[in-house]
Amino acid sequence: MRSFEYTRAESTGAATRDAATGGTFIAGGTNLLDLMKLEVMAPEALIDINRLDLNQIEGTEDGGLRIGALVTNSDLANDSRVRRNWPVLSRALLAGASGQLRNKATTGGNLLQRTRCLYFYDRAMPCNKRAPGSGCAARDGFNRILAVLGTSEHCIATHPSDMAVAMRALGAEAETLKEDGTTRRLTLEELYLLPGDRPDRETVLEPGELITAVVLPAPVRARQTYRKVRDRASYAFALVSVAGIVAMENGRITKANLAFGGLAPKPWRDAAVEELLTGEAPSDALFNRAADLLLADAQGFGGNDFKLPLTRRTLVSVLTELTQEARI
Amino acid sequence: MQTNLTINGTPQRLELDPRTTLLDALRHHLGLTGSKKGCDHGQCGACTVMVNGRRINACLTLACMHDGDEVTTIEGIGQPDNLSPLQQAFVSEDGFQCGYCTPGQICSATAMLEEVRNGWPSHVTDDLDGGADLTTEEISERMSGNLCRCSAYPNIVEAIRKAAGENA
Repeated sequence: MRSFEYTRAESTGAATRDAATGGTFIAGGTNLLDLMKLEVMAPEALIDINRLDLNQIEGTEDGGLRIGALVTNSDLANDSRVRRNWPVLSRALLAGASGQLRNKATTGGNLLQRTRCLYFYDRAMPCNKRAPGSGCAARDGFNRILAVLGTSEHCIATHPSDMAVAMRALGAEAETLKEDGTTRRLTLEELYLLPGDRPDRETVLEPGELITAVVLPAPVRARQTYRKVRDRASYAFALVSVAGIVAMENGRITKANLAFGGLAPKPWRDAAVEELLTGEAPSDALFNRAADLLLADAQGFGGNDFKLPLTRRTLVSVLTELTQEARI
Repeated sequence: MQTNLTINGTPQRLELDPRTTLLDALRHHLGLTGSKKGCDHGQCGACTVMVNGRRINACLTLACMHDGDEVTTIEGIGQPDNLSPLQQAFVSEDGFQCGYCTPGQICSATAMLEEVRNGWPSHVTDDLDGGADLTTEEISERMSGNLCRCSAYPNIVEAIRKAAGENA
C-alpha cells in the first residue's frame, strides 16, 4: 500500500474542505482498502469520516426515511421500519457480501463502491477506468460478469451494488454536502454517469462533495422482492438481479418499479418497460414483451451473452411471483 | 498515528503507521497471533474479530480507524484451560482439520449467534420479522464469510448448532 496522509474529520464541513484539495473519504473501507492494497487506488490523503454524526435512521415528514451515510449495511437491513415498509431494501442488503462486511460497509460507501471487473483490478492489463486511455481488455477478454446495457467502446464494467438496485427501484435520493457548504439532492439516476468516453468518471459528485444521507420516499402499497442470480448461493456478486415493486388493482398492474443489477454500469431502470406493464393484465406474453423492450439495445461480448436469456427468465419469474395472487 | 484500543479488556496505546491494518496491529504489534491472515482481502474470514461486539474482517480496516473501540479476538473468547462453549463444540464435533480458519470461524460464529438472538434475519430467512431457526441452511448462509479450505463445513455447522443449543 502506498503511504498517505491520514486525518480524522471533526465535522462534515472540515471533511469536505480536506477532500476538495485531493483527499479521499474513508468510511467502512471494505472496498477502498482492498483497492489500495493492490495499488489500484493510491490516494494521497485519507479523510476518515467514521466519527461524524451521520449514523442515524430517522423518519421524514412525508413518511419516508432518511438514512445517514454512515449507517452500516447490517443496521439498515435490520431496521424494523425498513424490514416492514421497504422489504426490498432489506432483502437486497442481506443478499450482498458477508455478515462481516455488512457490519462495516456503509450506506454512502456502498453507493460509491467500484466495479469488480477483473481488468480494473489487474494493474498489468489495460483498463480505461483505472488508467484512462490505456484501452479495455474486457471487451475481448473474460467478460462473463460484465455489462450488457449502458456500455461504451471504452468500458463494459458493471456496478456491483445490490443495495443501490433496491434504492433505484424505490426512488431513493442521495443528499450531499459540497465544499462551499451548499447541499443538493440527487436521484440515483442523476448520481451515476454512464462510461461513454470517460469511464474513470463514475458519478456527478464534485471534488470534496460528501454523501450525507439517502432519503427513501414514503412506502407504497405494493409487493416487493429482490431476486439475485449468482454463481454460488451466498457471498457472490450478482450475475443478474431484479428489484421489483409491483401493485395490482382489479387484475391489472397499476405500478411496476423494476431495477436491475449485474447488467449495467449503474443500477438500471427503464421507464418504457414500466410503462408497458402498467394498466395491463399480467401474462407470460406481457412479461416477455417487457423483456424484449428491456433487452432491445442489450449487447453481449461473448462471455456474458448468457445474461440476455438469464435476464429474461429472471424478469418473467419475478413478475410472475409479484402478480401471482391476482392471477388465480 | 496514535491509536487507543481496548483489546480483550486491556487498554492499549499504539503508535502506528496509518497503513497498519487492525489485523497487522494485533499480530505484529501486540503479539496476538490467534487472528489469522488468509487472503488479506476480506474474502476468507480467517481474520474475523469482534469490534464493539460486531464481527468484522480485521484485514480490511485500518487500526487508526478504531481509536476508542473495543476489540475481542479469539484470545479473549477463551483459553486452552477455559474454552468457550463454541470452542469446546469445535473440539468435540471435530470442526476443523488444519485449524487455520478456526479462530475466524469461532469469532464469527460467536457474533453470529448474538445476531440471531437479536432477531436479525438472513438472506434465507422466510419472514424478515419472524426470527430464524438455526437450520443448516441458516448457519451456512450466515457463516458464508468464513471459508474452510479443508472443507470441514459439516462439522463446523454441527459445532455451531450444538453450542447454540447449549446456550438456548
